[in-house]
Amino acid sequence: MSFTVEESPTTIGDEAITNYTINFGPQHPAAHGVLRLVMELDGEIVERIDPHVGLLHRGTEKLIEYKTYLQALPYFDRLDYCSPLCMEHSYVLAIEKLMNIEVPLRAQYLRVLFAELTRISNHMLNIGSHVMDVGAMTPNLWLFELREDCLNFFERASGARMHSAWFRPGGVHQDVPLKLLTDIGDWIETRLPELFEDAMSLVVDNRIFKQRNVDIAVVSKEDALAWGFSGPMIRAAGMPWDIRKSQPYDVYDRMDFEIPVGTAGDCYDRMMVRVEEVRQSAKIIKQCVAEMPDGPAHSTDHKVSPPLRGEMKQSMEALIHHFKLYTEGFHVPAGETYVATESPKGEFGVYLVSDGSNKPYRCKIRPTAFSHLQAMEFMSKGHMLPDATAILGAMDIVFGECDR
Amino acid sequence: MATILHPAPKFTPAEEVKDAICATLGDILLEAVIEHEELILTVKRERIEDALRLLRDEHEYQQLMEIAGVDYPQRLERFEVVYMPLSVTKNHRLLVKVSTDENTPVPTVTTLFPSAGWLEREVFDMYGVLFQGNTDLRRILTDYGFEGHPFRKDFPLTGYQEVRYSEEEKRVIYEPVELAQDFRSFDFMSPWEGAEYVLPGDEKAEAPKADSAKTTDKPKDTGAGKAADEKAAEKKSDAAPAQTDKGEDKSGAPEATEDRPGKEPRKGETVETKSATEVDKDKGAS
Repeated sequence: MSFTVEESPTTIGDEAITNYTINFGPQHPAAHGVLRLVMELDGEIVERIDPHVGLLHRGTEKLIEYKTYLQALPYFDRLDYCSPLCMEHSYVLAIEKLMNIEVPLRAQYLRVLFAELTRISNHMLNIGSHVMDVGAMTPNLWLFELREDCLNFFERASGARMHSAWFRPGGVHQDVPLKLLTDIGDWIETRLPELFEDAMSLVVDNRIFKQRNVDIAVVSKEDALAWGFSGPMIRAAGMPWDIRKSQPYDVYDRMDFEIPVGTAGDCYDRMMVRVEEVRQSAKIIKQCVAEMPDGPAHSTDHKVSPPLRGEMKQSMEALIHHFKLYTEGFHVPAGETYVATESPKGEFGVYLVSDGSNKPYRCKIRPTAFSHLQAMEFMSKGHMLPDATAILGAMDIVFGECDR
Repeated sequence: MATILHPAPKFTPAEEVKDAICATLGDILLEAVIEHEELILTVKRERIEDALRLLRDEHEYQQLMEIAGVDYPQRLERFEVVYMPLSVTKNHRLLVKVSTDENTPVPTVTTLFPSAGWLEREVFDMYGVLFQGNTDLRRILTDYGFEGHPFRKDFPLTGYQEVRYSEEEKRVIYEPVELAQDFRSFDFMSPWEGAEYVLPGDEKAEAPKADSAKTTDKPKDTGAGKAADEKAAEKKSDAAPAQTDKGEDKSGAPEATEDRPGKEPRKGETVETKSATEVDKDKGAS
């Protein structure tokens, strides 16, 4: 008896399958904004990634050159719109450094307090969306409640939920009422741990979440240094590097907090570093609320910060100061400086060049996302296409900041 | 050194590292200054790669955090490229500068730091500084097909092209910028502190003085005197209006309606005239 093997008409024998190129984005829910990744795939394996950025480029740095120092401040809110106050922080510190002005202690405490609240709200968004990128819906909804609480606190302090423009050279724009501080104190003791730990209990030991993140895009210490990583990205690689700790600004040197580091340097570590950072931020906020000193909330030097409104209505000199500040603005002595702070996403720096006038001569913004996104190809090579979303989610990228 | 009042990040004082770095860099270094507790090094352009390699290998500046371009159009070499290495072990930052112009390339440092690739691309995109050896020197932030280098000081803030979606052509189109209102650059500088404009009247201070006074000394030089007065008094026309006007109204204009109280109120209806838009049927539409 003989039989013949019938060849399926659908099999294509030994024909070579060539790589193919796809566009990931510019409009893609997992791209976290307008990112276009040109991916070359071998089947489902990523061979090459060419990120195209700049689709949200607004020329912020050029616009700043045409504004006075104070007018330029709101542009910073619009860089990383997920952590606006931390963006302002670098800028106001750079101005304060060039002018060498003193900032009252209460203002420094308030800035640290709100920078940490911003860090929590940023991590709520990032953890939530990272988790959602790899398939879990519920934690994101719970974390957004906490983010909403943070935004409400910002609104109560500054009047704006997102684009606060509340940090000012010389302090903060307005002092906060006592009730806000006590409410933040209550929130940090009760609601935050409750909701956050609930949400994390769904994620951190979740089998699916681990399958999607553990051992994905492992980055060694050496690579993290070479690629210019910062923030949670470099800490996940095992480097205990945190600008708040090593180059303290404002009152971070008075705060007692720990720096979480990763052991494996994979996406799971990056995520867990952020989870622990939220707890450490809560610790810092508790200290700030407990130790908050009395005193003015912005510099009493009216050449830099405006007089109180009541004072302005009574005193001629205060009126003149107010008028001059909001028309001409203050002059910054000629010089240059690079000031970097620990934003929730990493090192956010401002290279400020002043020519002695009331407008910055040059204001170079160092975005955190630039160096991280640049390493996208290096991190994704050899991984599967769906891993790219996990890698991108764990990078924490916001295009307002990346593209400026 | 002045007392530090500001709350900006504090790191290892620059004085501690300055001498050792200057010794290592040797003749690569052109200038080393400490400004605002930061060490700013200016090095030779063609040896920037060596400088950063020495800093990385000998002085533990492991990370290159940023490359910034700055444009000083009045300088001979108008661009400054500022490298910002960071040492995470010595906890110190540096600013390393080179200067260049539009045509002279700067050696790339992508050989030392992979993170330099995009940073150099950005400086190239924004300022047009060329980096020799960077194999991927494409534009990065500006639009596909963009022309010019927008962060140069002579590039207008509004740019040259604007983009909109055209409903007629069903696609995005590029057009020359058309501003509904002129670009207004408010200058709040006090005129006593180096304002760029000239106050009205101040331009006279700059005008050169006349060689001789413009007044004449004697009436003879101007021709003034009795003869001139008589000549001026001569009648040219017989009736200048001011002399003959006796208050009569010669123009025949009607009196203003408000001044006719006896006028009866108007009666009757307004006859509707043919609409201006209606087409005259005899003539037809043209």
